[in-house]
Amino acid sequence: MNTNLVHFTLNGEPVEVAIEPWTTLLDYLRYHQKLVGTKKGCDHGQCGACTVLIDGNSVNSCLCLLVSLDGAEITTIEGVATADNLSPEQQIFIEEDAYQCGFCTPGQICSTIAMCNRGEINSEEELKDWMSGNLCRCAAYKNITKAARRIYEES
Amino acid sequence: MKPFQYTRLSTEDLSLGTTLRDSTILAGGTNLVDLMKYGVEEPDSLADIGKLPYAQIEESDKGLLLGALVTNADTAYHAAVKSTYPVLNKAILAAASSQLRNRATNGGNLLQRTRCYYFYDTTMPCNKREPGTGCAAIKGFNRIHAILGTSASCIATHPSDMCVALAALEAKVHVLRKGETIVIPFDQLHRLPGDQPEKDHNLEPGDLITHIQLPAEGFSEHFEYLKIRDRESYAFALVSVAACLKVSQGKIADIRVALGGVAHKPWKLKEVEKDFFGKEASTENFQSLAEQLIQGAQGFGTNDFKISLVKGAIVRALNNALNPS
Ligand SMILES: Cc1cc2nc3c(=O)[nH]c(=O)nc-3n(C[C@H](O)[C@H](O)[C@H](O)COP(=O)(O)OP(=O)(O)OC[C@H]3O[C@@H](n4cnc5c(N)ncnc54)[C@H](O)[C@@H]3O)c2cc1C
Ligand code: SF4
Ligand code: FES
Ligand code: FES
Repeated sequence: MNTNLVHFTLNGEPVEVAIEPWTTLLDYLRYHQKLVGTKKGCDHGQCGACTVLIDGNSVNSCLCLLVSLDGAEITTIEGVATADNLSPEQQIFIEEDAYQCGFCTPGQICSTIAMCNRGEINSEEELKDWMSGNLCRCAAYKNITKAARRIYEES
Repeated sequence: MKPFQYTRLSTEDLSLGTTLRDSTILAGGTNLVDLMKYGVEEPDSLADIGKLPYAQIEESDKGLLLGALVTNADTAYHAAVKSTYPVLNKAILAAASSQLRNRATNGGNLLQRTRCYYFYDTTMPCNKREPGTGCAAIKGFNRIHAILGTSASCIATHPSDMCVALAALEAKVHVLRKGETIVIPFDQLHRLPGDQPEKDHNLEPGDLITHIQLPAEGFSEHFEYLKIRDRESYAFALVSVAACLKVSQGKIADIRVALGGVAHKPWKLKEVEKDFFGKEASTENFQSLAEQLIQGAQGFGTNDFKISLVKGAIVRALNNALNPS
């Protein structure tokens, strides 16, 4: 079989896997690891539903080949909370009513975490631009922006 | 996606020289993987360059050396880019989304392929994807297509924002070719389609971009990157303008204007720029420069609007550059 070996950490756990090189990170998470919190929207980098964190940076997992992530620290929405406690970002999304169907929410939350890690937001326009890589079919943008702003201010 | 062989390159592999010639280079994959999913690109083997030692930004008195593997986001937010090359910071941050910029590399950005709809649609004729099949865009829906430097074979544009700023800055590209580093001026990296639209650029198979060299002059006082698109963010440019100026007592001491979204490469004409050295930095002169820069522009139906749009955008960008916000 045509596979390649790759090592990474997934939500804090070290993983070593021999994988077909055409497997994307998104398909690996959903179909191999059954981590279905990360969603498949467009599969082409155009919606942000598949956003996860690699070394603290938000990326579209649908366009990453898993083999290319050797040595990476991968965090999905399943890894942002601790045990039974929601992460502060998740809590703020609930408090601000920042979703309707919830399909885009895991990606939105990963984007807010990466936004805080990067720490380069200086205006409302920059905050909106940062979050614009996550489309919301329910158009819950008003409260998503409100939640994102609170998360950034409180980080 | 069609199955392929995958190799993760190490620095030692590079000295062998042969690995790259028969493989397609994988950097961030944000363009290549997408094209492979559509079946537009079907490489037999991928060479992943992610572990090669080109992930640094180095400062020197000759300017800034951007590693090909530095991400677009790390480049835009680098302190020296923000302070000395704000036009580059602005152009990169106007592109794609925060997630894509976090993954996209500088080398990959330079060699990203056109967003022509027919190039992506493997059921349609396209000389770039399949030489000799024809161009579906010329008589088709060509709202996003070129108005300058087109040919009877192809009217595609180069979609990068970063490249428009790099053209204005007159950057240089370092390329590893058969073990030797060659230096290519930015305006010679990309090409016009002519009768070989399948060639986006002047590199040879096996060439590896290692760095982008920014010159010492960054035009940090008078600059603008103006991008006009269908929505405020997360959309490619319909037209864009990178404008850099040096002004002395109201007169133009240096002027650089590069256009995006209008041609198969960033559009910049040094002869036209030179004509305006010493002239007053006025709206009238900016209008006259705009006319000369887009002389010969031709629309193909649904993109006719770009001619007047880009003219206005050039003047606005230069006026904004005089007083950057
Ligand atoms: C939805 C979406 C929206 C986007 N919007 C914009 C936008 O508004 N503006 C914009 O400018 N861009 C935009 N992009 C494009 C994005 O900027 C590119 O996909 C990205 O820059 C490519 O970089 P990469 O490292 O992922 O390249 P890859 O996909 O890995 O490679 C791209 C090409 O470059 C070659 N290559 C890569 N590195 C090297 C090297 N060092 N030497 C030689 N060859 C190399 C590869 O072989 C391949 O042919 C968008 C992309 C998507 C998916
Ligand atoms: S414009 Fe170029 S890329 Fe588009 S269909 Fe015509 S030949 Fe293909
Ligand atoms: S599924 Fe990855 S961006 Fe839409
Ligand atoms: S809450 Fe439904 S897609 Fe965003």
